[in-house]
Amino acid sequence: MPFGNTHNQLKMKYSAAQEYPDLSKHNNHMAKVLTEELYAQLRDKTTPSGFTLDDVIQTGVDNPGHPFIMTVGCVAGDEETYEVFKDLLDPVIEDRHGGYKPSDTHKTDLNPDHLKGGDDLDPDYVLSSRVRTGRSIRGFCLPPHCSRGERRAVEDLAVEGLGSLDGDLKGKYYALKNMTDEEQQQLIDDHFLFDKPVSPLLLASGMARDWPDARGIWHNDNKTFLVWVNEEDHLRVISMQKGGNMKEVFNRFCTGLTKIESLFKEKGHEFMWNEHLGYVLTCPSNLGTGLRAGVHVKLPCLSKHEKFGEILKKLRLQKRGTGGVDTAAVGGVFDISNADRLGFSEVELVQMVVDGVKLLVEMEKRLEKGQSIDELMPAQK
Amino acid sequence: MASTFTRVLSRKRIVGILSLAGAGSLVTGYLINKDKVHASVKSSRRMYPASAEYPDLRKHNNCMASHLTPAIYAALIDKATPSGFTLDQCIQTGVDNPGHPFIKTVGMVAGDEESYQVFAELFNPVIKERHNGYDPQIMRHPTDLDASKIRSGVFDERYVLSSRVRTGRSIRGLALPPACTRAERREVERVVADALSGLKDDLLGRYYSLTEMTEEEQQQLIDDHFLFDKPVSPLLTCSGMARDWPDARGIWHNNEKTFLVWVNEEDHTRVISMEKGGNMKRVFERFCKGLKEVERLIKEKGWEFMWNERLGYVLTCPSNLGTGLRAGVHINLPRLSKDPRFSKILDNLRLQKRGTGGVDTAAVGSTFDISNLDRLGKSEVELVQTVIDGVNYLIECEKRLEKGQDIKIPPAPGQIK
Repeated sequence: MPFGNTHNQLKMKYSAAQEYPDLSKHNNHMAKVLTEELYAQLRDKTTPSGFTLDDVIQTGVDNPGHPFIMTVGCVAGDEETYEVFKDLLDPVIEDRHGGYKPSDTHKTDLNPDHLKGGDDLDPDYVLSSRVRTGRSIRGFCLPPHCSRGERRAVEDLAVEGLGSLDGDLKGKYYALKNMTDEEQQQLIDDHFLFDKPVSPLLLASGMARDWPDARGIWHNDNKTFLVWVNEEDHLRVISMQKGGNMKEVFNRFCTGLTKIESLFKEKGHEFMWNEHLGYVLTCPSNLGTGLRAGVHVKLPCLSKHEKFGEILKKLRLQKRGTGGVDTAAVGGVFDISNADRLGFSEVELVQMVVDGVKLLVEMEKRLEKGQSIDELMPAQK
Repeated sequence: MASTFTRVLSRKRIVGILSLAGAGSLVTGYLINKDKVHASVKSSRRMYPASAEYPDLRKHNNCMASHLTPAIYAALIDKATPSGFTLDQCIQTGVDNPGHPFIKTVGMVAGDEESYQVFAELFNPVIKERHNGYDPQIMRHPTDLDASKIRSGVFDERYVLSSRVRTGRSIRGLALPPACTRAERREVERVVADALSGLKDDLLGRYYSLTEMTEEEQQQLIDDHFLFDKPVSPLLTCSGMARDWPDARGIWHNNEKTFLVWVNEEDHTRVISMEKGGNMKRVFERFCKGLKEVERLIKEKGWEFMWNERLGYVLTCPSNLGTGLRAGVHINLPRLSKDPRFSKILDNLRLQKRGTGGVDTAAVGSTFDISNLDRLGKSEVELVQTVIDGVNYLIECEKRLEKGQDIKIPPAPGQIK
């Protein structure tokens, strides 16, 4: 919808060569896959809601990328994008998600009883535990493409659904545009408030239009379950608490998500999901589970070890700074989370984090005592 | 996968969606599932009534927000220009940028020449507010690029450090930066670079494409203060004009570095004539000569500039309609700038001050950028003459203050009749 792509057919008067973007200096997944031939093949297609190839790739054209960090470079405007533009998105998905094929099926498992352990991560090292994912409401366009009316409808549905939660999930919604200064300060202090995106990766996709209209934050009274509405996805769902009890965090996560899903279903709405891509979200990198389970953990010795990166890779984990993606670690405290999203179930991914972090902490303790960690080296998961 | 989409596009849902439809609905006719042809499948875009789509402008302070009533929004929401530009696209920048209590921005852009007609119900009051009462429905804009009419125009260089005139031109038939496709933008570049290569004598010069520039060329252009960067202002980026940067963007300048053209920045072209010193007359002469030459050269190839007698030269931002002209000097006014009457004097002379970094910058020391306030309703010659007369008046004031004499605030001119 935004940025001049409204009448895709009019572009056809120019040849594919004339319209094909200059990707010669680009380094992102979209640029790797989108040849001029593929562009020519896909350029006359549009999803039923009018999302076009140029809409899909705009963010990747505008953001050439970084030699070291491979961004995705494309987004979906609706659920059908993944079907209509599969010739572009399947290879992108395969590259991004460790060889996930168009014929593969994705397992969804939100049964927290299937998680083994996870309640005993050492709180002297593991400062906090968190699990997040996203959900999209079927039948509504995604943030890059939605109209104001649609975005507001998504907000209404979310507020209505979340308003029915009770027990330890009972909470309150704070609309970004109606927030008082006190509420805003409290949400900042709780580290809950999200800001208008500044990253050009996000802005170029159009998802920040009309900010802060229909955006908001819901959280439970206990401040352990949080939902972002209309930020990068329709819903981002977060369960978190201080300390190392990942099992409790995951329990609450699954319970909350399952409740929210059934509340939506009562009103005749469902989440975007299919057995190939799992949960469908705006960015192809978040398909499948959309899940990032992570801890803030103190690893001052281990993080200086020459094999730190290799260990994480073997455990299928990634490190970030405590400010989140694209930040640096402060004082030896790292954000450690699962690297995968698609092709593994929620339980499997959280299990990897739980087992992996347990091992990392053990290694840290050994290194503290000056002992070797060679015999603890894990095999590739 | 197939069955999922069949459920999504079931008849019941389509009926539900269409019942929400306003006056219009998109018809794209794309069929996902080729095996099961649904003859009645049209766009599954959710259509909401205008009242559900109307932006929340309660905290906004820009010209668009001042004039976009729910009624006007409803009347225009289903319209599109021939190239498909919609009202929502025109106003997106104004919705995304609420504005500032002191600085009233425009808050909307055109995607093509036709935007000003199709969305006239909103553009006209915005134009009227921004351009001092100019009413496109009844008034005509005078174009006059005859530099021989200019009187005086050589300033005292003890005060005036440099002189500059800029405007913009759009190539008729190609969409403007917020809406253009990559191919259209490249076509603008091709047409303009081709025409500029035909310039001769003191206008002979060279084009530097942003994508192909060498590091040395880039450094030289930065040192000359010619290089423009990818816009960072959200006022500009929210309109979509920075898409695909730096594709088809570039800078042309003559060998003497006194005539410069920006290609595909905020407009198809921005044309700048400038020199150190105070010879505004010569700067304007070169400006007019260059513009007319470029126009002649594009006409040879069957192109022309966007222009009409109601709006003058048509550019992306309504604030630049008419002449699109900003004629200004960098001038040092150490005493006058500290006088409390300075702002009022400028107001009455129809001048504005900026810092020497351009719009939204602060002055350094006592050196200011002084230029015309108006763009539409007065000709190029009139506006440049206004700047010349005004700057001469300011210099007179400065000289009087130097001698300890008093200065007078000049009388205010009337509004456009």
